[in-house]
Amino acid sequence: MPASNSREIITTDTKLPPQADILGLHTLSVYVNNQPGVLARIALLFSRRGYNIDSLVVSRGRNERFSRMTIGVSGDPKILDQIIKQVNKLVDVIHCHEHTESDSVVKEMVLVKLLTGAARRTEVLQVIEHFGGKTIDLTESSMIVMITGDTEKVDAAIRLLAAYEIIETVRTGKVVMARGEEAT
Amino acid sequence: MFTQNEPMDGAQALIKTLDQLGIEYIFGYSGGAALPIFDALETVKSKMKFILVRHEQGATHMADGYARATGKPAVVLVTSGPGAGNTLTGIMTAQMDSVPMIILTGQQVTWMLGKDAFQEADIFGITMPVVKHNYLVRNTNDLPRIAREAFHIATTGRPGPVLIDIPKNISQSPFTGDLDAEIDLPGYTIDEAYDIDDADVKAAAALINAAERPVILAGHGVMISRAEPELMEMATRLNAPVTSTLLGKGVFPETHALSLGMLGMHGTAYANKAMVECDLILNVGSRFDDRIIGKAERFGRNAKIVHIDIDASEFNKMIQVDAKICGDAKTAMRALIPHLKPLPSAPWLDHLEGYKRKFPLSYKKQGGLRMQQVIDELFEVTEGKAIITTDVGQHQMWAAQFYKNDEPWKWISSGGAGTMGFGFPAAIGAQCAHPDAVVVAIVGDGGYQMTMCELATAVINKLPVIVLVLNNHYLGMVRQWQELFFDNRESGVDLEGNPDFAKIAEAYGALGLTVKRPADVRKVLERALENRTGPTVINAECIKTENVFPMIPAGAALEDMLIEPPKEKMEKPIGST
Repeated sequence: MPASNSREIITTDTKLPPQADILGLHTLSVYVNNQPGVLARIALLFSRRGYNIDSLVVSRGRNERFSRMTIGVSGDPKILDQIIKQVNKLVDVIHCHEHTESDSVVKEMVLVKLLTGAARRTEVLQVIEHFGGKTIDLTESSMIVMITGDTEKVDAAIRLLAAYEIIETVRTGKVVMARGEEAT
Repeated sequence: MFTQNEPMDGAQALIKTLDQLGIEYIFGYSGGAALPIFDALETVKSKMKFILVRHEQGATHMADGYARATGKPAVVLVTSGPGAGNTLTGIMTAQMDSVPMIILTGQQVTWMLGKDAFQEADIFGITMPVVKHNYLVRNTNDLPRIAREAFHIATTGRPGPVLIDIPKNISQSPFTGDLDAEIDLPGYTIDEAYDIDDADVKAAAALINAAERPVILAGHGVMISRAEPELMEMATRLNAPVTSTLLGKGVFPETHALSLGMLGMHGTAYANKAMVECDLILNVGSRFDDRIIGKAERFGRNAKIVHIDIDASEFNKMIQVDAKICGDAKTAMRALIPHLKPLPSAPWLDHLEGYKRKFPLSYKKQGGLRMQQVIDELFEVTEGKAIITTDVGQHQMWAAQFYKNDEPWKWISSGGAGTMGFGFPAAIGAQCAHPDAVVVAIVGDGGYQMTMCELATAVINKLPVIVLVLNNHYLGMVRQWQELFFDNRESGVDLEGNPDFAKIAEAYGALGLTVKRPADVRKVLERALENRTGPTVINAECIKTENVFPMIPAGAALEDMLIEPPKEKMEKPIGST
């Protein structure tokens, strides 16, 4: 049975805001003790100053005693500077740095679930190929694609795929690494 | 005594470690989840003294008062749930004023955490925003290391409270670890506080040396760093006047010719005028609190601002500065002083002398008993040498104005948090630290009733604390705001039904005195000072509707200070509280 057109698609995907509305995007790399409560301490500092965390990636470091966080936030750089100092002050934080595009590479990944019958599948595959993405799940009526890249590339891919029926998208949020020999 | 080989449980290892760290006092209140720790107080021989309080909040303020009278931390020991919850106000008070403290809370057993067990509260989560650091212990063998880390974190850098939450099974399980386990804090280093940046020092010195109208603003950081000699050397070398914050009272002698007394919302007129007219503000160890800067955009706008602070996150938080030196106040001033030259500030000092003559702190001597007079006479009769603690409100501001401090560690007041109920238990803590000192808690009738139950603690321990209740049967500071800014509509400020504080004192076994006439103040104070066998409570019945001046309405600029009662109706203040 092909996907029925009568089935109502409930999408959790939200529309992208216009680029101009996203002001003062910042990427922070935070190296912390791998212990319960550390994330809560950091989150408290941001929420107290009215900062929303746009994206957050936490994973164990190579030394399992520590964890690496990449935090994406937007807002007034002056206030952010103060929050960074407050984060650095936490006993469980080894260091917290802000990274810019020029001194670091920033990547993220998105999974997009699309409703596509055989008819439009080729078109979708062309878009995915253009972005260097992959198909990682395929059924008669749907597919999941994976696209990796910087935020603009991922945004652009989602914009193009929005021409088809997106059921949902899941983004990992940004991970950052300093360029060159310097450790992040 | 235990040796490494004798069996002991986690609680015993903990108590042994705290004793090794040199802790003198544990203020606390027992309860189920803390039973193993309380038992260890009996089974482990130690030099530590345990003081049983009557409410856990009192324990925190006692530890706070002890720390502010010595620079050393005391321990607070309470049980889980409500016991831990009752410490929150005291922990917040210590955190806001950078006071070292170690809080031990009992906790439910680990396998019941998160299951709403009896007297379970997530005190680790609850206290996160009000501590310097906290722990939830999950391994018995970690206890000595964590106790050492807590002590190190609480007392170094910018001090603060550290809480250790200890589940009951953790404290009563056998300890098989290393009693001497060393601290391991890769995210907490303090060495850089003593490694002053040379370029920062030179940039600061260049601004300072160009000044003609300097003011040194000295805060609590000077006291924590024990940098009073360096401050004196710097002030006299520069010929610069010194004003202090509420918590900085005593870091520079307030009776010294270069002292301008306290600045800020209820500071001296001459200190605040100096801040407006100066061409240099040299802030050492103050965080530019909103009580002292008024309207931030207009603060110091004719001046270059140099800021010395151990906490990098304080720079440019409230006030944009022109130069900064990050580090310990004593080390920073030692680095800075050789670069400084005497400033041509004689005309400026003359000008400020004029302000001192024109706008002295004063009060009316007729028309009933005023709080100012009681404090003024206390200052005289104790020759300014008493350890003073206060609550929060009108009496606190008058005490700050009229009880001049020439020495540090003798003025103990809740500044940042503005905690009512602080003064009396803090005085108990200070008296524990200095049994022979004259310790006077200057409190209002409002705040005193919040922690009055600690009279039992003072009586049982025969502590000769003097509680000076400046009683106007009002929450006076709030009433003052309602009079000035809310058309005198009194709301929630009338403390009718106050008990007879002298009789209450007697019921607890303390000496209770009452004074109503201005002429009797001296006699009553002298009577209280004679009593060294236990606490004395003086109920001073003061006139009800006196207001504190000078006053800078919250959020107003320093130049908009009211030196005397305003003649016209005031706009409601837009600033914080």
